[in-house]
Amino acid sequence: MGEPRLKATGLKKAFGQNLVLRGLDLEVAPGEIHALIGGNGAGKSTLSKILAGLAPADAGIVTLDGEPYAVASRQAAQARGVVMVLQELSVIPTLSVAENLFLNALPARAGIVDRARLHERAATALRLVGLASLEPSLPAGALGVGQQQLVEIAAGLAQQCRVLILDEPTAALSGAEANVLFGLLRELRAAGTSVLYISHRLEEISQLADRVSVLRDGQLVATLPAATPRAQLIQLMAGTTVQLGSTARNSVKARPALRVLDLHAGQAVRGVSLDVSCGEIVGLGGLVGAGRTELLRAIYGADRRTAGRTLLGDDTVDFAPRAPADAVRRGIAYVPEDRKQHGIFAPLAVRFNAALMRLPVRRGLAGWIDRVAERRASTRLLEEMQVRYADLEQPLAELSGGNQQKIVIGRWLPCQASLWLLDEPTRGVDVAARQGIYDLLRRIADAGAGLLVASSDYEELAALCDRVLVLSHGQVTGSFTRETLNPRDFMTACFAGIAPTGDPN
Amino acid sequence: MNTLRRSADFLFLALLLGVLIAFFSGMSDHFWSMQTVNTVANRIPPLALAAMGMTFVLIAGGIDLSIGSVAALAGAVFGWLVVDRGVSVPVATLAALGAGALCGSANGALVNWMRMPSFIVTLGLLEGARGLAYLATDSQTKYLGERLGALQATVPGLGLSVAFLLAVAGVLVAHFVITRMVFGRHVIAVGTNEEAARLVGLSPGKVRMTVFVLSGLVAAAAGLCQVSRLGAADPNAGAGLELSAIAAAVIGGTSLMGGRGSMLATFVGVLIIATLEAGLAHLGASEPVKRVVTGAVIVCAVAAEAARSRWMARWLNRSGN
Repeated sequence: MGEPRLKATGLKKAFGQNLVLRGLDLEVAPGEIHALIGGNGAGKSTLSKILAGLAPADAGIVTLDGEPYAVASRQAAQARGVVMVLQELSVIPTLSVAENLFLNALPARAGIVDRARLHERAATALRLVGLASLEPSLPAGALGVGQQQLVEIAAGLAQQCRVLILDEPTAALSGAEANVLFGLLRELRAAGTSVLYISHRLEEISQLADRVSVLRDGQLVATLPAATPRAQLIQLMAGTTVQLGSTARNSVKARPALRVLDLHAGQAVRGVSLDVSCGEIVGLGGLVGAGRTELLRAIYGADRRTAGRTLLGDDTVDFAPRAPADAVRRGIAYVPEDRKQHGIFAPLAVRFNAALMRLPVRRGLAGWIDRVAERRASTRLLEEMQVRYADLEQPLAELSGGNQQKIVIGRWLPCQASLWLLDEPTRGVDVAARQGIYDLLRRIADAGAGLLVASSDYEELAALCDRVLVLSHGQVTGSFTRETLNPRDFMTACFAGIAPTGDPN
Repeated sequence: MNTLRRSADFLFLALLLGVLIAFFSGMSDHFWSMQTVNTVANRIPPLALAAMGMTFVLIAGGIDLSIGSVAALAGAVFGWLVVDRGVSVPVATLAALGAGALCGSANGALVNWMRMPSFIVTLGLLEGARGLAYLATDSQTKYLGERLGALQATVPGLGLSVAFLLAVAGVLVAHFVITRMVFGRHVIAVGTNEEAARLVGLSPGKVRMTVFVLSGLVAAAAGLCQVSRLGAADPNAGAGLELSAIAAAVIGGTSLMGGRGSMLATFVGVLIIATLEAGLAHLGASEPVKRVVTGAVIVCAVAAEAARSRWMARWLNRSGN
């Protein structure tokens, strides 16, 4: 194989007392797609941040094509040809697509941006990622999340690079968009670029990558051919044998938890009727933009509905929340899709985030927090959710995404909600921890709550749900039980409701 | 370790105050006297109250530029009622506080309903309330003599005024509200991430309204303290009070982006500003020089604090495990 493109030896990194990398080694060959997998807090994101110049390593050596490589900033890394596309979107919504693409290298004459040249270059970059029809002068905020992600990838590719780092690039992409990306990565590989590809989606890796490195607890476990059976990979990641199997379910009780009748919310939700029984987990599948998020938000009162009714429990009167506070009072829990923007209080303490929903109050003193009880309750919750953290007072932002997600879900537990609305509950969560979340959701259902779970992951819906509904273009286009669910009919339903543009309905 | 980090923030501020006091004591033999302490203590109450209200609003993610004008308006209402209308002092006091609360609720209502930035809304009231203060007093200073003198009376044995003790008590209550009460948590949550707060079922609008009413109320109290100190209701009073309050809060480490701040640290910020003023006056510095030095100290204090916390984070990262 000759000299590796990128070689890391004995990398160490700690955040406070939390040791994230404990002497990590890695070798990436020139012109290969090298997948990186591992559990939450295994060190994938930290490693990529160090390589991209976003965080310094505490110890260890990195070489790039045999030369020492230590960069202090993203710009420095890019100058050496190491480019990272960030997991969280960092598109600036008020600037145009073209300006976003070349923000750090705007073509200019005497400080005045050369628009013609900018748009020409942008069009080239956009053609690369299959967005040839996109107008470069459009404000980036007008794009959907999937398209924004592709624009970010295009921005990464617009620069000459030796190593391209992608962290969960397909999380927000539709199947078609992901295929464009894969084709692109294969072309890059053929041109000699090395791609470091972080993903939780094992089927993508077997399809795309040449080799896969498994990380666990901040160390390299093994580097294997990408064709390695997934059961073996999962076992290496988890350390112990984990089976991503269907969770046991009890017989579904008949009492309704939620009935939705012909609900409309703007153009996104167009006449949805469904019901969820107590003790039942109902899945919501569909393509990106099918209206799943909007439906959950309309039920929860986060967005205004435009027509229709929702009935809670045995109620016969419409539950029309004016704000989420109304929904919370009626025993509804909600886990948003966008954790960073809508879910967490990132700079605040882990304790603050964990205890916010049910602050223990001293008796007799209205609103006076019992801080000892608060710490005890938070500790118990974090243990129950198996959250990895260093200190109750540490900012939540220091935890890995999966651990943050456990808190976002777990903080509702003390509220004993009777209806849970979950939007992509395992986004950015590794395989081993996913199973923990599935088990938790099943326990919540068994305790008598009804759950409505939106997910883009077919396997997740199949493993978790008692019934699966498919939304397409804001309407229910498919309804499956465990027995009738199959990938082909599911996919058909996903594409069923896409009406020709200009349809007045 | 994070507890250590927070107490270090506070210690640093106290150290800064100590350095200032030591400096002025070294420059002038007579600085460190009971009289200076009294001067400082008696100047503090309006600023301490105003800065406390400002810190509430800042933590909730807003800003209240109207407090100086609201303080003047409250004083003006008091003066007009007592001098021109012959209203009794307690009733006039309540009316003045009510005027402040009303101003605060106007701020809150406009920010909530019109979805306008609090900077703009309160900038409007900065002008509007000042105008109302002139209208209420007919642009005249209303002389009140000792009618609010009770606030300036010194408490026997302590040598400190009633107003000072009330202000300190107010700061302590506010500190406990932020750190120990459910409402305080809601203020911090809304200031940190308003959308996340709304989606866990909090009501950002109510939190904001409460905070602005509180700010208006304490601004009015600050105005009454000024009236009592001057023995008169001056419609020009409290000009620039909002900026001093912001300075005190920022020296104390309150974030202008919301979500972070401490009442006690703000109070130390108030002490730093007051000590600086008294010390410079003691050295016979002219008004322009005083302002230049005060400005420089504000910027340096914040810069030093930022440098220290960066340095400490690095030090903790290296040795903390």
